[in-house]
Amino acid sequence: MSQQTQAADILSAPHVLEYPYRRSVGPVLSRFFTALRERKIVGVETSAGRVLCPPAEADPETGAAVSDRFVEVGPGGVIESWTFVAKPRDKQPLARPFAYALIRLDGADTALLHVVDADPARLRTGARVRPRWRAETVGEIGDIECFELETSR
Amino acid sequence: MSDAERKPVRSIQTPMRLTYHYTAGIATSRFLHGIAEGRILGQRCPVCTKVYVPPRGSCPRCAVATEEEVHVSDRGTILTFAIVRVPSENLDVPLPFACVHVLLDGADVPFFSVVQGCPLDEVRIGMRVAAAWVEPDRLAPTLQSIRWFEPTGEPDVPFDQLREHL
Ligand SMILES: [Zn+2]
Repeated sequence: MSQQTQAADILSAPHVLEYPYRRSVGPVLSRFFTALRERKIVGVETSAGRVLCPPAEADPETGAAVSDRFVEVGPGGVIESWTFVAKPRDKQPLARPFAYALIRLDGADTALLHVVDADPARLRTGARVRPRWRAETVGEIGDIECFELETSR
Repeated sequence: MSDAERKPVRSIQTPMRLTYHYTAGIATSRFLHGIAEGRILGQRCPVCTKVYVPPRGSCPRCAVATEEEVHVSDRGTILTFAIVRVPSENLDVPLPFACVHVLLDGADVPFFSVVQGCPLDEVRIGMRVAAAWVEPDRLAPTLQSIRWFEPTGEPDVPFDQLREHL
């Protein structure tokens, strides 16, 4: 509790609860994040030949371990579903209105949750998008600043 | 590309941050104003007579308001402790240190603090300790006014006398 007080007898103060976690990503997601640092997006093949992106350690349909075959996907893809954030909060990825979207990247069979920077009037399921990379990449999902509509340029 | 960049990514940061504005309420505000004067105030339950410190304005067992204010000593007995060896932000106590629950004389619930002033392997249940306050001109309505607790050298309190508070 900070020492900030008010004139009144009832005390009140800012209180920030923060957990600055760092988590290990494991061998499969390690490949995904390492690829992001090189501005590439990779998925992993299941034993049935489906490509999961983001990669997972197990096939969500069978529970079996995935193969060790990593394949580059995207960078473009298709919006499978989306929701619009009209009033972004402080820590959200963009300061202006944006959409969260499930994006199935070219060559992948599953969708990646990411941000789309677009006018809501132009957003639609099935629209094609491509990543906008940050100038500096460090190996985290935010290396892709957001996706943008392919027709926007 | 630097060497660091060639190493595979093994971990990512996933911070969580919640920004609150905390209002202490009547009972805890009075407690904190007391702390700013170097005093520890509790409240006694009119039903079970237990003394709560810091007071919250009600007794959680009896579900009644606690209005009687009582002064609690800044001395007490260690009820339980844990040795902390991991650094934490916003904590300027040198590592390692002992986190303790202190049963202040006159209180019925333990008070959370840290212990300094003795080797860690001497910290024990039943040990008598006293609050080390900041300098009088630095007293403020915050628990940081109590820097830590230190051993008093008094004889230990037998475990049987502490049992009901554990
Ligand atoms: Zn009670």
